[in-house]
Amino acid sequence: MRGLQLIPYDTNINFVGIRYYIYILSLAIIVLCGWSLAFKGLNYGIDFKGGFLLEVRTKEKADIAQMRAQLETLKLGEVKLQEFGSDRDIMIRIEKQPGGEQAQAVALQKIKDLLGKDVEYRRVETVGGKVSSDLVENGLWALGFALIGMLIYIWVRFEWHFGLCGILALAHDVIVVLGFYSLTGHEFKETAFIAILTTVGYSINDSVVIYDRIRDNLRKYKKMPIEQLINLSTNETLSRTIITVATTVISLLALYLFGGSEISSFSLPILVGIIFGSYSSIFVSANLLLFFDIRKTTAEKGEVV
Amino acid sequence: MLTLARWKVITSLVLCVLSLIYAFPNFIGDEGLKKIPSWLPHERVNLGLDLQGGSHLLLEVDVKAGLKERLSFTLDALRKTLRAEKIGYLDLSLDPTGDFITFQLRDPNQAEKIISMIKKMDSELEATLEEKGCKVTFTKASIAERKRSIVDQSIEIVRRRIDELGTKEPSIQRQGDDRILIQIPGLSDPGRIKNLLGKTAKMTFHLVHEEQPYASKVDDITPPGTEILPSEDVRQDGRKIFYVLRKESLLGGESLIDAGVNFDEYHRPQVSFRFDPLGAKKFGDITTKNIHRQLAIVLDGKVISAPTIQTPITGGNGVITGKFTVQEANDLALLMRAGALVAPLLVLEERTVGPDLGADSIASGRYATILSVIMVAVFMLIAYSLFGFFANVAMLFNLILTIAVLSLIGATLTLPGIAGIALTMGMAVDANVLINERIKEELRHGRKMFSAIDVGYRQAMNTILDSNLTTLIGAAALFFFGTGPVKGFGITLAIGILISMFTATTLSRVFVTYWVNWSKPAKLPI
Repeated sequence: MRGLQLIPYDTNINFVGIRYYIYILSLAIIVLCGWSLAFKGLNYGIDFKGGFLLEVRTKEKADIAQMRAQLETLKLGEVKLQEFGSDRDIMIRIEKQPGGEQAQAVALQKIKDLLGKDVEYRRVETVGGKVSSDLVENGLWALGFALIGMLIYIWVRFEWHFGLCGILALAHDVIVVLGFYSLTGHEFKETAFIAILTTVGYSINDSVVIYDRIRDNLRKYKKMPIEQLINLSTNETLSRTIITVATTVISLLALYLFGGSEISSFSLPILVGIIFGSYSSIFVSANLLLFFDIRKTTAEKGEVV
Repeated sequence: MLTLARWKVITSLVLCVLSLIYAFPNFIGDEGLKKIPSWLPHERVNLGLDLQGGSHLLLEVDVKAGLKERLSFTLDALRKTLRAEKIGYLDLSLDPTGDFITFQLRDPNQAEKIISMIKKMDSELEATLEEKGCKVTFTKASIAERKRSIVDQSIEIVRRRIDELGTKEPSIQRQGDDRILIQIPGLSDPGRIKNLLGKTAKMTFHLVHEEQPYASKVDDITPPGTEILPSEDVRQDGRKIFYVLRKESLLGGESLIDAGVNFDEYHRPQVSFRFDPLGAKKFGDITTKNIHRQLAIVLDGKVISAPTIQTPITGGNGVITGKFTVQEANDLALLMRAGALVAPLLVLEERTVGPDLGADSIASGRYATILSVIMVAVFMLIAYSLFGFFANVAMLFNLILTIAVLSLIGATLTLPGIAGIALTMGMAVDANVLINERIKEELRHGRKMFSAIDVGYRQAMNTILDSNLTTLIGAAALFFFGTGPVKGFGITLAIGILISMFTATTLSRVFVTYWVNWSKPAKLPI
């Protein structure tokens, strides 16, 4: 019995030929995401803004409207209620109270008094505003470290053009994931950095596989025009790229659909990121190499086995 | 005939067996765990608070306040020294920012002498002459040192207070420069702990002023050398009493060695305490000299009791009576035993997860992981037939090995960590996809079966190494810069990637080699 050939082996899509359309498409996506980030911004969760998050379970079907009306009488500012999972599970979000630590404790007690003993508190989180700036800082450090680390790795193993093009494609992915958060208003939490860095790690993985093939083919076909060579390499690895994307998307779909609220909420951006990451690897990162004369500089680098 | 180095085969098999043994305790209940012979491993994966339920508190040590406090001790010492040396000064005070002490000299010519004198008094002090006068502060090096010691002492006191509560397995760690992370599994209401940690518990004994013991408000005019402190005591007309106390502290909480709760004849709770020998002697002297006067016990700027000394107390034992509930008395005794904080603590973050939610999270996480493994496995079977099956067995061992390694190194599994495992399953087959695609390609290019497998594995290795190492850099970034759940995700992702480099290449090759040699197929089912 043979496996199914999902992508015909003689596939020959002219990726290089359509590159300018791709650049325009990518630029359009980046502009859209950038515009949304600049004007709409991110819907920061309490990890970043500070505030309260309560996950409660009521004994009977919860009356959200009534609960909201009750909570609003406390005058604690913006109150958000959201049903999730079942009709007995409610997520309550309340913004940070003015005043110090004491004010937060008092407000939390007020909320608990109001909701009474009939509800089960499944999760209670209080975050002061102070932690958030560290969180952003750590996240940016992590992102910077990852990008530079990858750039150096590819530089050492390939050539600096590859590193640069790979990182440009990654920046594209980061903007798309952030843009997804912004456009959909998906809550931006600490775990958002997981989504971004997973996307980055995955996308560079795809790009590296294609680069690796380009490097091989540069050695194999010394006379082939570079456009043709990039096309050949991308097509040769296309089956692998698509199958790996498929298995990863399958995993993520399982997490998104059945992983519970918390896992589900950060699986979605990863899902979007990975799909776009593959797009950028197939269509963008290799094509960007055409801006450089890679044949001249890519010597016999990176032969391991 | 395909060949494979014997040591690779043996190592692979040994690793697989070991991984089964080490992962096993995670799949049986507590009852089952007791039945395993003692020579087998019993370690399980630690569950993060988000999975087992519990409270997480992030505290910040108010280092600045701690430094200010220390500088105020220096201020007293400096005043004494200046007097002793008969040096005239004006406006000796602590700057409101708490960063330095300032004063002016009556005789500017003494400046040099004073600066060297201060240096001699304490080598960690630094005195500078400015237009407005003399400025004294700690040296940069000693500030760093002091900050560190303030945080260290705070952690110690926090630990003592929490240990006194008898909660199970609390974890107390320093985080960053000035933060303390407390994690208490199973605790569903951190209110009491927060309350206990919110108190500095600085305890001092002061004499109440003889002529004017009470004031009606905090800012009443009082005799020099006294201060007004609030209390819980009430007058007959129902208004709260403010005590007028001598500023000088006769004795402090640091001399206490024990405290406990007992009940008076009316069954009201009271706190009894005992001083160390030196404290007991001092306490004896104070009570002997000041008989029939009121002695106030002050805790964190509030008078908790101000009894009149009836007889000299020389044994070093005393009791505090007040309007306590049993819990308040217990907490007070606990704070007295554990000692005072050197700086106030602020709660920056509090997260509590109920045990039910944790259990639900584990259940849904497990379900999603199993589902993702099954779906990926089916997909691989469709795409690569028998070679897909080999990849699937390798993936299964990847899962088992990951669990085994997590148990072995005592890593903590968090909710995102579960997602990390599920996601790695999808990515782990990538190496097999690369290999299988290569083998197919080599076959198309007309290579013979054995040679195609051999070249396919070898060629793909290069790519696998490059692609996995770059992903590993991303996982490392999450591990080093992330906190809590993010770190947990980074660990599982990194472990998963490293393990996949073994399972997908070496282990799957063992299967393929043995199968090909055994069945001698005419065509590869790939």
